[in-house]
Amino acid sequence: MAAVQTRSERALNRVAIAAVLVITLIFLAPIYWITSTAFKPRNLATTIPPTVLFEPEISPFVKLFTKRSQLREAPTPEEYAAAPWWERMVFDGGEKIVRSGRGEVQLSGYPNRFMNSLIVAITSTVLAVGMGTFTAYGFSRFKVKGEADLLFFILSTRMLPPVVVAIPMFLMYRAVGLNDTHWGLIILYTAFNLSFSVWLMKGFIDEIPKEYEEAALVDGYTRMQAFFKIVIPEAATGIAATAVFCFITAWNEYAFALIMTNRRAQTAPPFIPSQVGSGLPDWTVIAAGTFLFLLPVAIFTFLLRNHLLRGMSFGAIRK
Amino acid sequence: MATAVMTSLDTKSPAASRGMSDIRIRNLFIIPTILFLIVFNIFPLIYSLGYSFTDFRASSHAPANFVGLQNYRALLNDPFIWLNFAITAKYVIVSVTGQVIVGFGTAMLLNRDIPLKGLLTTLLLLPMMLSMAVVGLFWKLLYDPSFGIINYTFGLGSFEWLSNPDMALYAVAITDIWMWSPFVMLLSLAGLSAVPKHLYEAAAIDRAGPFYTFFRITLPLVAPILMIAIIFRTMEAFKTFDLAYILTSQPTTEVISIRLYKMAFQEWQTGRSCALAYIVLIMVLAITNIYVKYLNKVKER
Repeated sequence: MAAVQTRSERALNRVAIAAVLVITLIFLAPIYWITSTAFKPRNLATTIPPTVLFEPEISPFVKLFTKRSQLREAPTPEEYAAAPWWERMVFDGGEKIVRSGRGEVQLSGYPNRFMNSLIVAITSTVLAVGMGTFTAYGFSRFKVKGEADLLFFILSTRMLPPVVVAIPMFLMYRAVGLNDTHWGLIILYTAFNLSFSVWLMKGFIDEIPKEYEEAALVDGYTRMQAFFKIVIPEAATGIAATAVFCFITAWNEYAFALIMTNRRAQTAPPFIPSQVGSGLPDWTVIAAGTFLFLLPVAIFTFLLRNHLLRGMSFGAIRK
Repeated sequence: MATAVMTSLDTKSPAASRGMSDIRIRNLFIIPTILFLIVFNIFPLIYSLGYSFTDFRASSHAPANFVGLQNYRALLNDPFIWLNFAITAKYVIVSVTGQVIVGFGTAMLLNRDIPLKGLLTTLLLLPMMLSMAVVGLFWKLLYDPSFGIINYTFGLGSFEWLSNPDMALYAVAITDIWMWSPFVMLLSLAGLSAVPKHLYEAAAIDRAGPFYTFFRITLPLVAPILMIAIIFRTMEAFKTFDLAYILTSQPTTEVISIRLYKMAFQEWQTGRSCALAYIVLIMVLAITNIYVKYLNKVKER
């Protein structure tokens, strides 16, 4: 094909390449901006014109993790000299880190919310992918009465608007004391991801030739052994891809977390925006929190790049 | 491929004689999932169906009184609810149209020999993987009238995006287009790369113009996959909550999910919000039905 390109086609190709580059830059600009803000000194975060070149610092991250108060008077030179380097950064910004009576650094709300996000996302992913893999195998290999209807039912639960489900779940959780608990969110996220996991895993298992298991059955394996020793290893890539998708969905989820948690089990998505509050927010700290929160997803996106199409179409489109 | 594999459930099969029978394994694998979904998705909906016929308020201890269809009647006669639906419809149309134009356009550009195509595609897909709530938050920084980079870049002075009632919904839609055009692009690329090359060669031999080639070859062949993208994005935009809720609090951006959230968790009109939830649910299920039909259609090819 390339050999028969005419001059005008080559010119057209060059225009297309330039356009793609411009579009990519436009799409990445917001992400670049929030990332760069996370490394700015506070006084450069909201300047006009915007500051593009600056000496990056990590004071926003120190501030993100600690509880601080405004400095009434400048620290004494001895105090300043005795402080560790990261504490000096906070002094320089006109604030000091709050310490307990015994001198321990007080943490902000962020590390705790980040941990909650991890606990909830990981546990719900394990449950959803675990159950989903079994169920997908069941649908893939055995005759199930009303299979199409059951699969539609399973998928339709994924499409329910979160706020619609949240109203009765809130009342039920309140009755059994699951409001503002990790398990409360884990159950919701598992239910939400389970349908996705069944659909995606069914596609992956359908692709494993059933002859593999049949050969094992003839060799004296039980069906269970064949499932664990043949199907699961063959489906490993699919399981990993499904797990990453489920993790990202649970990690990013906002509406359920907003409604069902307020402090103890609150995850990062409802917490990070609540920091803006009133008055003049410190955008460098918010950007630092956002950056750390988005980083795992960005890494996972690169790992998943060859499975994105499949995952996003619930396994309908394969490459 | 849906009916591809059907191992016999014959009780005399070699597997059945050892360990658990296939029927038991099948039930063991499938039934817990179905039960889990019934308990945590269907039961709550039955529960809220019951409440939708009452005047229950979760904030008070007063018992729920049965009021029949009054909630539904009141909602369907409430012009403000219709306004919320109208806002939602406008949002769906603006944001899905934008996503199709940007996403499909980018896919057309990418569908040729481009150096580093894989890397560029992955980079372009990044926005759709991020948390909508957090994206909404940092777009607030970008939209800021005094120090936001959007106004600075486009020389708009101190143009108000989010606190301007006429502009706020478009601002939310623009952010949504930024996030989800990549999704349309991803699916369109799959469709475009599946168009057989020889059709284009034949069209070139017949000296068909680019418009003819596009409307008679490209578009019809990509249409089914593009439809999947459009229906899915329509459904998601219809349900939208996070972005609009975080970006602005203008009455002109109060899409139906936000109205529902406020009714249920700020005004505590639990009974009435359950009724509204049902009205929304029926609409979503109707779109889901169309979506799944298309999914299966594409799958069979």
